[in-house]
Parts: sequence; C-alpha cells; structure tokens
Amino acid sequence: MGQSRPESVQVVKQRRDSALNALVQGVPYIQFLGVTFDRRGDELTGVLPFDEKLIGNPSLPAIHGGVTAAFLEITSIITLSWSFLWNDIESGEIDVHKMSSDTLPRLPKTIDFSVDYLRPGLPRDAYARAIVNRLGRRYASVHVEAWQDRRNKLFAQAVCHFVMPHFSM
Amino acid sequence: MIKNAQWISDFVHVMPHFKALGMRLMSLGDATAELALDYDPRLIGDPQSRVIHGGAVSALMDTCCGLAVLCHSSEPKSTATIDLRIDYMRPATPEEAIQTRAECYHVTRSVAFVRATTFDEDLTRPVASASGAFTVER
Repeated sequence: MGQSRPESVQVVKQRRDSALNALVQGVPYIQFLGVTFDRRGDELTGVLPFDEKLIGNPSLPAIHGGVTAAFLEITSIITLSWSFLWNDIESGEIDVHKMSSDTLPRLPKTIDFSVDYLRPGLPRDAYARAIVNRLGRRYASVHVEAWQDRRNKLFAQAVCHFVMPHFSM
Repeated sequence: MIKNAQWISDFVHVMPHFKALGMRLMSLGDATAELALDYDPRLIGDPQSRVIHGGAVSALMDTCCGLAVLCHSSEPKSTATIDLRIDYMRPATPEEAIQTRAECYHVTRSVAFVRATTFDEDLTRPVASASGAFTVER
C-alpha cells in the first residue's frame, strides 16, 4: 500500500487554530484581561495588548504586578494544556469541531507559582512564552518568560507547578 | 488608625486595575492590609467548575502585600514587587467572595518581607497563601 498523501495545509491549520480558540475563548478571565495567543506550529506566544485597566501604579504608569502574574499563569496553563492535548488533536482523538467550553478537557490545576519581577511593566504590549520542563502523569513543571520591546530583556519570569487533570488534588 | 491611611486609601482607589478587577479595601492597620474580591463570572478560570482564575487571586494578593508594605510604621513612599510565591491550597468556592490579609513582618532599609493568606467564606481552610519580597522607596 502506498503512503497516504500529507493533509492539506488548510486542514492542518484550521484544526490547530480551532482547537486553540476553544481552549482560550472558553475561559472568561483570559477574555477579561484581553490575552490572545499566536501560534507557529506547536509553539505558542501569549500576547497581552496594553489597556488602561491593566495599570497598577498610575503615576509611572506601570502594568499591575498582579496582571503580570496572571499573564504568566495564563500562558503557562494554555501552553501546558496545548502540549498535553497536541497528540489527541493531531490524531483526531479530540474532535475539534465539538470542542467548546462545556466539552473542553479539564485544565491543569496550579499548585504553586513563583514570580520574579525583573523590570517594571511598561504601558505597552507584552509577550510571554512558556517551556514545559516536565510533563508527568500527575505533575508538571513549567517555566515562563515575559518581555515587551526586546525579547532578551525580560520584565518578568516565573516557575509554576501543576496537577494534571484526572489526578486532581 | 495608622498615620498615612488616608493617603494609602486614596492611592489604591485611583489604581485602574483595582477598580477593573473589583477589589474592595476592607482595612489598613499597622503593617497589615485586608482586601476583598466579590465573585464575578468575568473572572472564571475553569468554565466547567466556575472557579475563579488563579490569576485574579494573584492580583488580589499582590495588591494586598504592597499595601501592607505601605502600612509599615517606617512609612515607605512607594513599593514594587521583587518576587512573589503563591501556593494554591484549594479552589475558591464559586459564588463566594474571597478575602486576603497581608502582613509586612520585616523591613530593612530597602527590602520588605511580606506574607498573605486568602480565604473564601470558609475561614477555617485557606484558599491560597503567598510570601514575597518588595522594594522599599524611602
């Protein structure tokens, strides 16, 4: 039997983008902060567009430290969910057309979260990328970095641990 | 009542994210602060359980810790988070308000050490706790 032809690029993109959309748009708090995700293959970048309501100290003005923490945590959870759902999305095990906030696979639960504030968050867009350093059956460890103008000048980073779904606390 | 309570209260009430999230200032004391956050569907992090997102809890705790620093008797002019570690013990119960109490337990010339605990309506079981270091501007 001959090798089957690779899927068309539109089919692949549509499947991945609708899976990502279902994951992100089902969470009200992500919409509240205005966080979106850029996808390149399986790599995700969280984007936090600047908005007046994100300001903590109006006299500087600077992004609220709690917003920075929340942005890092959101990027970690979505990147982690994305990496453990990836195989099922690609194989068709998860039907992305039926993915909605009600049928979404359960999200990982945060155990702890440690944020390192390196510079004030300036009043402009911010970006974040997470690396899943360990994805076990029960626990996961994620490192996440955030920057604004320059990729190598981080304004915050964090390490977080999660309990994976099906092994809830 | 601490000396600069009015100034700290004014400061927090003009903070855009304080208003946007819906935080409420409950009390300011000697190196301590208490904030509350009502349950709000906009802040849901898990659509199936309707539990609010950890990020909203982090924002509440970070703000509360900063206020506790400003409430220290050495009267810092301003403060910023250096690092903050948060432990999530259990999900906050949906439909219930959460409240945080922070205490600035030590201050040096340039650094403040703070801890905080968050509860929902069950005051016997904490939802989350935090500890952090903050800058102190004299």
